[in-house]
Amino acid sequence: MSRSALLLLADGRFPAGGHAHSGGAEAAVGDGRITGAATLAEFCRGRLHTTGLVAASLAAAACLGLDVVELDAAADARTPSPALRTAARKLGRQLTRAARATWPSTELDALARKFPKGAHQPVVLGLTARATGLGALDAAYCAAYESVSGPASATVRLLSLDPFDATGVLARLAPDVDRVADLAAEAAGRAVGQGVDVLPAASAPLSEIGAEAHADWAVRLFAS
Amino acid sequence: MRTHGVRATARIVARRDGRGGTSLPVLEGEGPLAPRRTRGGAAEARVVLVGAMSGPLGGDRFAVRATVEPGARLRVSSAAATIALPGQAKGEAHYDVRLDIEDDGELVWLPEQLISAAGSDLRVTTRVEAAPGARVTLREEQVLGRYGEEPGRLTSRLVLRSGGRLVLDQELACGPGAPGGWDGPAVLGGRRAVGQLLVVRPEFESAAPRARLLGGGATLVPLAGPAVLVTAVAADARLLRRVLDEALTAIG
Repeated sequence: MSRSALLLLADGRFPAGGHAHSGGAEAAVGDGRITGAATLAEFCRGRLHTTGLVAASLAAAACLGLDVVELDAAADARTPSPALRTAARKLGRQLTRAARATWPSTELDALARKFPKGAHQPVVLGLTARATGLGALDAAYCAAYESVSGPASATVRLLSLDPFDATGVLARLAPDVDRVADLAAEAAGRAVGQGVDVLPAASAPLSEIGAEAHADWAVRLFAS
Repeated sequence: MRTHGVRATARIVARRDGRGGTSLPVLEGEGPLAPRRTRGGAAEARVVLVGAMSGPLGGDRFAVRATVEPGARLRVSSAAATIALPGQAKGEAHYDVRLDIEDDGELVWLPEQLISAAGSDLRVTTRVEAAPGARVTLREEQVLGRYGEEPGRLTSRLVLRSGGRLVLDQELACGPGAPGGWDGPAVLGGRRAVGQLLVVRPEFESAAPRARLLGGGATLVPLAGPAVLVTAVAADARLLRRVLDEALTAIG
């Protein structure tokens, strides 16, 4: 495996469309749940341990070679909000395109054929990590980090938050990202023998509700 | 005073009686779990779960199994809120609910709130297995702490399969020791009551209600299967119930 593939995959400039999504931050700014660095930090911490943990474990499981159709159904069941399911598939399709161009792989080709409208992004992320030779823990790190880096950079734009403050939020979350990535990789390892039902299903009710409200907005900066 | 956890299981089986009604060939409980049949409607059997002891306390393991056989109709409620309390026995308490609804069966499962008292540690799991033609209406409400009280540790998982296919798998963890940010702006935002209303209807497979906001911090969303889910967060149990009652009426 090449560690530089992890840097490439986790880089916000990797052309997979992530910049168009705020990870729920736009909805949270809109209804006053995020007002500055302190509330951004608490938002990101909660998101990391719920949505982030679920995404990281799906990515790790896909990286270990679990059935992508089952993983995609597990992702659907863990995403009650149709707005979030649509966003996850859109991001998954964009990542599939970018990944196939970057790291040609028969498994990614098969995924693209099976899910013409896109599979859930974390599943694609895990399969991409697999195609690059990265391990399950790497895939988990990538998904866990993405779950907080998206909202942090979006909040810089939404609130004109000082970028140093946003980066500080991410830096202070590092121990939590480590813990979530470890938990996710460990759960994915168990899923190899016990099936996808043992993967975490941590939910974030306010984020689910906020996503549906956001989808109704007439004008918005981010797609989700 | 209990030093060991209590194990108790309640079992309910609802069966079509051949005369347009529903019989209950199995209706049994033990210890703190006592299911009682009450006067029902014409076609459905009604059961009230009566808590004969307080609990669940630390270390307890409660289980409820209900099976609705083909064509039978069962409505289950509870006599009072369930209060998770700290106990003498160490370790978390478990409350496992397993509901099987067979073809053309209907289950209405509307228990009172689950209240997580300070110092308690409870893991609740509700698994619903619905056959393709089954109808289910299920409400869950979690209240974090009695009035003015800090909550205990509560982990609640709700899983729905329809025709063997996974439709919903959601877990909420809150209280002291829960993963960070549970009380923050992504998860509960300081709200003290959270609830779900899960409605399974065969006709939702092709025509589910559209996603909509219900006001007061709640949404109704179609799931990836023949079901809709209402998710609500509220400042307290009374406001939560109001939102879920309105949703129940709207879905019908």
